[in-house]
Amino acid sequence: MARFGMVIDTRRCVGCMDCVIACKTENGVPDGYCRDWISQRLQGEMPDLRLAITSERCNHCDSPPCVTCCPTGASHVQEFGKAVLVDHDKCIGCKACLAACPYGARFIHPDGYADKCTFCMHRVERGLEPACVAVCPTHSMYFGDLDDPDSQVSRLIASSRHFVLKPDAGTRPRIFYLG
Amino acid sequence: MIELLTTRHNPLVDPVLHVWDWQIPVYLFLGGWVAGSMVLTGYLQRQARAPGQSSVSNRLPWVGLLLISLGMGALFLDLEHKLYVWRMYLTLQPLSPMSWGGWILLLVYPVLALGALATLADGWLDRWPALAAFARQLRSPAAARWVGLANITIGIALGIYTGILLSSLGARPLWASAVLGPLFLVSGLSAAAAFAHLIAPDHGEQEQLIRFDNLFLVTELALIALFLVGHLTAGAVHAEAAQLLLGGPYTAVFWVLVVGLGILLPLAIQSLMVARRIAHTLIAPLLVMLGGLALRFVIVSAGQYSHWITP
Repeated sequence: MARFGMVIDTRRCVGCMDCVIACKTENGVPDGYCRDWISQRLQGEMPDLRLAITSERCNHCDSPPCVTCCPTGASHVQEFGKAVLVDHDKCIGCKACLAACPYGARFIHPDGYADKCTFCMHRVERGLEPACVAVCPTHSMYFGDLDDPDSQVSRLIASSRHFVLKPDAGTRPRIFYLG
Repeated sequence: MIELLTTRHNPLVDPVLHVWDWQIPVYLFLGGWVAGSMVLTGYLQRQARAPGQSSVSNRLPWVGLLLISLGMGALFLDLEHKLYVWRMYLTLQPLSPMSWGGWILLLVYPVLALGALATLADGWLDRWPALAAFARQLRSPAAARWVGLANITIGIALGIYTGILLSSLGARPLWASAVLGPLFLVSGLSAAAAFAHLIAPDHGEQEQLIRFDNLFLVTELALIALFLVGHLTAGAVHAEAAQLLLGGPYTAVFWVLVVGLGILLPLAIQSLMVARRIAHTLIAPLLVMLGGLALRFVIVSAGQYSHWITP
């Protein structure tokens, strides 16, 4: 069974926010909320500065604290692709998952349930890429099976310098950034 | 130097997490208070200062039923998907303290109700002879001991759960401490003992409860010290979180309201009361309860503010 993940090349990303708009359009994300977003990290001391632009979302962690803390089982790891998803009809809106996520990737939908990136599983199940990946104009985003050593994401991770966000949080995120 | 700019602007999450407002601290305080009341009730019942005698343990189950209902009301108000709350009781999630807590809360009611039923005089139950007979059975010393044991067990579970609920959310470094469970339990015991000696009808029992409360307050001080030392020695992320209480934005309210007015001052007053230097006053127990409430507000609020410092 696949274990989906994402690779994002920060050297190619220009922060155009196409991924953000594509996600909002594809998933009907309400105004004032976002399932993915752009961050800019400026690091170093003058004149040795380094700017990294990262397209961020739920990391679909291998050790997801949002799943273990959920009192109803609404937050769960789906068998297909191991995506971390929320069953809206089971969610009571207790917000424990929002507090448990070190990435701030979740929010409360205006209808009351916890919401977040789904890796566009409704598209992936039809053989399509997630909307954010499909629209990226600089082709900086890759999606695939991390358990398949021949997949593009596995080969990129194996061959390139990469990092994950907040590794010390211990959640084993599945979104990898190149650069 | 790291400068982080983000386009994310989700309500309740940005710029810092603020998912839990007044409802959760109030619920945690009331839950802890009820937990402490149950433990004290159980202890006094097992001491045979039981129904029929003039003991505060005859009053505490009734107060407990009221307080836990208020607490659960606050908890319900906090939920964003309120009509789906029944989903809590279709499952038990073994790794979710909140799931355990939901079931513990269901056990609290019957245990408190047993204690309350035992305190009812026969005249109150004339219309329900079977219930009256059951209440008489509950008043037997053997039954009182069993009900007392149930009160102590469920009370400890409830009190510790209110702290574990937060400490299991490891993404908030300030909450990631095993001391939080015992701290909230002892704080609940302290608030319960303070309230109990405030309303205790028997002078001897009142003095015993004041001594208990002083012991709880000293223990609470020790646990707060352990909580802070644990964070300061657990790496940069936790040390940064502890700084919220040691020079950061929550320092004044924590040390003045929680430690100063909520523990040290009432401890001094109650020590004088036990030494019979001053008469019994309601100021000390009220301060203890205020301190317990303030502790929950500070920990819940500061915990949400704390985060992993790595980008």
